Amino acid sequence: MSRLSRREALDKLVAETESADQFFEKPASQWRLALRRFRGRKSGMIGLFLISGLVLVAIFAPLIAPYDPNADLIGDEDVRRYQAPCVHLLGCPEDQPEHLMGIDGNVRDYFSRVVYGSRVSLTLGFFTVTLALFVGAGIGAVAGYLGGWFDNIVMRFMDVILGFPSLLLAIAIVAVLGPGLRNALIAIAIVTMPGYARVMRAQVLAIKESDYVSASRALGSSPGQILIRRVIPNAMTPLVVLATLGVATAILEAAGLSFLGLGAQPPLAEWGSMLATYRNQVFTAPHLVFYPGLAIMITVLGFNLMGDGMRDALDPSLNR
Amino acid sequence: MAENLVEMRDLVKQFPVKGGLLQREIATVNAVAGVDLDIPKGEAIGLVGESGCGKTTLGRMLVRLLEPTSGTIKFDGDDITHVKGSKLKPFRRRMQFIFQDPYGSLDPRTQVGDSIAEGLRLHGVDSKDERHQRVTKMLELVGLRGAHAGRYPHEFSGGQRQRIGIARALVLNPDLVVADEPVSALDVSVQAQVLNLLKDLQSELNLTLLFVAHNLGVVEHISDKVAVMYLGRIVEMTDRESLYRQPLHPYTEALLSAIPIPDPDRPKNRQILDGEIPSPLNPPAGCHFHPRCPIAQEGICDVDVPRLAAADDNGDHLAACHLRTGDHQHLNRKIYTD
Repeated sequence: MSRLSRREALDKLVAETESADQFFEKPASQWRLALRRFRGRKSGMIGLFLISGLVLVAIFAPLIAPYDPNADLIGDEDVRRYQAPCVHLLGCPEDQPEHLMGIDGNVRDYFSRVVYGSRVSLTLGFFTVTLALFVGAGIGAVAGYLGGWFDNIVMRFMDVILGFPSLLLAIAIVAVLGPGLRNALIAIAIVTMPGYARVMRAQVLAIKESDYVSASRALGSSPGQILIRRVIPNAMTPLVVLATLGVATAILEAAGLSFLGLGAQPPLAEWGSMLATYRNQVFTAPHLVFYPGLAIMITVLGFNLMGDGMRDALDPSLNR
Repeated sequence: MAENLVEMRDLVKQFPVKGGLLQREIATVNAVAGVDLDIPKGEAIGLVGESGCGKTTLGRMLVRLLEPTSGTIKFDGDDITHVKGSKLKPFRRRMQFIFQDPYGSLDPRTQVGDSIAEGLRLHGVDSKDERHQRVTKMLELVGLRGAHAGRYPHEFSGGQRQRIGIARALVLNPDLVVADEPVSALDVSVQAQVLNLLKDLQSELNLTLLFVAHNLGVVEHISDKVAVMYLGRIVEMTDRESLYRQPLHPYTEALLSAIPIPDPDRPKNRQILDGEIPSPLNPPAGCHFHPRCPIAQEGICDVDVPRLAAADDNGDHLAACHLRTGDHQHLNRKIYTD
């Protein structure tokens, strides 16, 4: 009797497990799992927090900035050039107008300029990386997939680009195209492209030999269909990480170009060029160098932390 | 006798070996060195041999995942040896491949339902509902549930993934399926399930099956006919019963004696082969098997390449051995009792 009931109990258990199974049909996709892992990492979340804050600042810049970033305040207010920050909370007399980051050499509110600078840096970082990612990854994917002489020629050309110190090459390209933010963007994209091409090519080389690509071929997919539907989606993971880290590099290089006068042109508020303009006033008006420098640091740090977090989250070895 | 779905004639696949500073071709490996093989419609042929004997290469060539170096493949009367691109696509629909490694053969970023539906999409089943229906039916046919279609490969076990691989291969209702060691990556208990599934589906759907394996026990279970391969050549080919009852080629004898028998009292007249399988880079002259063959005769086996020849009158039992079926049978005749 006990034997029978045990058997029945077992059957019941199996039946229950089967029906319980139905509740978990919702697929846990790779991205969902990755997101879950990303949430578990402090550094990545700090990075995400910093970047989200910056994005919000950039979007709501007109609401946050108390002044027009390009308007000089001569005649409107009683302020001097290079005037130190005046924060009421920190003991600045109430009768003076508040300037959180002081006044720059052209009598403009520096806080407003730093706030507006986030727009320039973020869009620049975003577009540079997007351009470099699409062109670089595209070249790498096609080179890796086709192989042969095309692969050789294209990748050797990428090696040539990689052979130059990147900022030097960017300067050379801007020198040819002419200074300006858009040309700086193009220059940085060209300089950072080989990294994406190389990573993509390596990924494609591994993936195109895999059985699921063979299976797709046996089903009758054309090479183009295989590249787009099978190879590229599976190759994207390390590129996403690289791109996130790349935003930091791009912002830094753009600041560098602007510092040299080849990027943003006055009066546009851009952190790199703001640094450059007041580098000689480091000792007389340190706030003019400190705040844009701090802004660049926070942005770069944020993207680096987020990139690290994403690298951990997307690591397939942590999948199971 | 049924008509042949596949006829392979003198099929050769060479792989270049590159080396040196300039990656020049320094040698070639003859992975498949002249194979003739017919597969009758609706039959299951087992292809056995050691690792590296070219059986997988042969299977991949047959479904045109690899380009043959020379020889011809005829599929249902059409020469498909060098058909390319869009002309190949209608044939793709009619022959499918089941992969050895169930972990590597499914795209990890694609829901398994979409993986299975890929073939339908490529071959003009445009309606999403119909694709969904056929995928569900296919999943149920291989012993999974239709609701599994929305899951990703990493949520399945090895055996389940192999079932998915089978579903993907069969959803187009192909005539020919090449199964490349479909169970060798699985647990023994799961092996039996997958084998039985394949066998049932084969008779149910009237599939022609080329079953590649290195395990004679597995092949015995599933195939009507068995071909034994050694170093790129077929050395023996016959129906299942005669192969296991009366192997002709010494290599087949050695293979069969290596099957473990779960009976400790039974005398072990194992025939252990000496040496390693020779490198296909530099195969022995004459019969490839002669350096390891217990009955090899000097001056015969190391000189001429034996051809596949019939041992019996109706020509069903073929073997490539000078001494058993060839011109020198008087030296080591094996009495054929049929």
